[in-house]
Amino acid sequence: MEPTDRRGLALPQGLRFALPLILALLAGFVAPLAAVVAYSFMPPRTFGLDHSPTLANYVEIVASNSHIALYWSLTFAALTVVILAAVCYPIAYGMARVFGRWSTVIVLLFTIPLFVSENVRIYGWILFFIKNGVLLGSLKSLFGVEPDSWLFTKGIVLLGMVYVYLPFMLFPMTLGVAMVPADAREAAQDLGASRWQVFREIELPLSMPGIVIGLLLTFVLAVGAIVEAKVLGGQTIIPITHDIEIAFTYAQNWPLGAALSVLLMLIVGALVLLALRRFDLDAILGRR
Amino acid sequence: MTPRPPILQLRQITKSFGPFAAVDRVDLDIAEGEFFTIVGPSGSGKTTMVRMLAGMETPTSGDLLLRGKRINDLPANKRPTCMVFQSLALFPHRTVGQNIEFPLKMRGVAPAARKERALRLLSQLRLPEDYYAKSVQKCSGGERQRVALARALAFDPEILFFDEPLSAIDYKLRKALEKELKDIHRDTGKTFVYITHSLEEAMVMSDRIGVLKAGRFIQVGTPEDIYSRPENRFVSEFMGDVNVFPVRRQDDGMLLSEPFGLTFKAPALPNGFTSGYLVVRPEALRFVAKASDADNVIPGKLYNEYALGSRVQYQVRSGDHVLIVERLRQQSGPLQRDADVSVGWDATDSVLVGD
Repeated sequence: MEPTDRRGLALPQGLRFALPLILALLAGFVAPLAAVVAYSFMPPRTFGLDHSPTLANYVEIVASNSHIALYWSLTFAALTVVILAAVCYPIAYGMARVFGRWSTVIVLLFTIPLFVSENVRIYGWILFFIKNGVLLGSLKSLFGVEPDSWLFTKGIVLLGMVYVYLPFMLFPMTLGVAMVPADAREAAQDLGASRWQVFREIELPLSMPGIVIGLLLTFVLAVGAIVEAKVLGGQTIIPITHDIEIAFTYAQNWPLGAALSVLLMLIVGALVLLALRRFDLDAILGRR
Repeated sequence: MTPRPPILQLRQITKSFGPFAAVDRVDLDIAEGEFFTIVGPSGSGKTTMVRMLAGMETPTSGDLLLRGKRINDLPANKRPTCMVFQSLALFPHRTVGQNIEFPLKMRGVAPAARKERALRLLSQLRLPEDYYAKSVQKCSGGERQRVALARALAFDPEILFFDEPLSAIDYKLRKALEKELKDIHRDTGKTFVYITHSLEEAMVMSDRIGVLKAGRFIQVGTPEDIYSRPENRFVSEFMGDVNVFPVRRQDDGMLLSEPFGLTFKAPALPNGFTSGYLVVRPEALRFVAKASDADNVIPGKLYNEYALGSRVQYQVRSGDHVLIVERLRQQSGPLQRDADVSVGWDATDSVLVGD
């Protein structure tokens, strides 16, 4: 059948089918984002978009100590990503190559906790680490020792973030490692490459697409982390997300919150673009 | 062929997967500089065999000797041998040049020397020099073959193994590459061990062929041996269309073929032969006018004819039996379907084989 519209509205067939989704995304994703950007240029403590634009919020951010929160967010996100990469690569390698059908069990064990809300899991850690909790309480009653609780330290915040975001690094990485053709590894070895050389020359570059996706995904998520710092860290560090939340709720300063959000998006977006430029996925796969 | 010292020796080599022996107590000597082809149907153990020879699998038992030294447990990266994979296993994230230079880079050869060698290999394999910087993903099938071969040659192996590298290539290109490979074998003087399921392919290239069936060699010999003097029915049928008559020896030295109800004049009878198969190649069969024109004659009806280019193949039916006759195009006359014909051959053009 001819895909022409009788009423003369001759849209290509693909566009006609995609149109509802495009409209939904425009309304549900692009419009709110535009609203946030617009609010960031409104005068402080206003609630409408009908004021004349101003840079006052951005000036306030630069003058205030929000850069400290931003520093903590980016540092902890970066540390989380680095630790996750080091922890997940061996596991991903094992799941893709070594564990065989036992990798299904491991996938399940990593996945099942995801069915429980992040907040609940974080409070579980509280019960585990709190004074007289699972860990310290057991140590006390079994050995009579009572070390200080690790709760409300920077280390426990990092642990919480690594724990929460592990699957988002592990699964893309596993896919990446599984993408390395077995015969490419064998051929490299046959051509005289040592185990290390096979890893460096073949396995690492060929699994790079999965690794880069895992790095980006966990970084973007970790920059937006808030519960770990709040609950486990007990405000030892104040992440930028905390400032944003306060601005929108307690302080009732939407324009400031919007400006902080826009700034965060710009920084993260720039870092992601930089990473994608460095690790061009198509180029890695040799498609270009 | 002048006798050459063996470079690779297999002594009772076995590879078992559980109770199943994929390669079963194989003995073989491969001579220095030889083009040896292992032919077998799928599941005959040929891939397991070559993977053991190249060092990617360890034999379950037996000895593998390279120039007299046992190399059973030497891993692939420590062996002076190299394999061209069925998939070619080119590194997709590397250029043609980087692929070819890979073994040299692993050995720590300086970049300038690597490039020089890569460019020489490109010209030896008739690839343009500017392919050096081309992505292997952008190369055609035939070009990828050449890159894989160049990469293996860059390794400068003492033995080059090939695991059916031409099986995914279209017919015309495959025929060209077969000849090219044989020329490269001649140019380099290296030992080539080639795996294929196509006896036809093996015939074109090999000095010697080993026919593998269920993990054992059932015949090892020159292409001429395999073609003209098959030792059993499996080998004779492996080459393609062939006429096989089950026969029993009569007291008078003639062969009785019960299904046809005919007696045939035999070629030289092997000692103690009682029953087996008389094998006649299609090109040894011809149409005869009268019974005295050939040693053996079978009457039949022409069922169909097939043009094979330089030759014409005829299917002749004698009762329930099908005979395949092949003649050169120039020798073939016009024949009517369902015409009564007599098909004959001379005893010396036939071979007696066991099961």
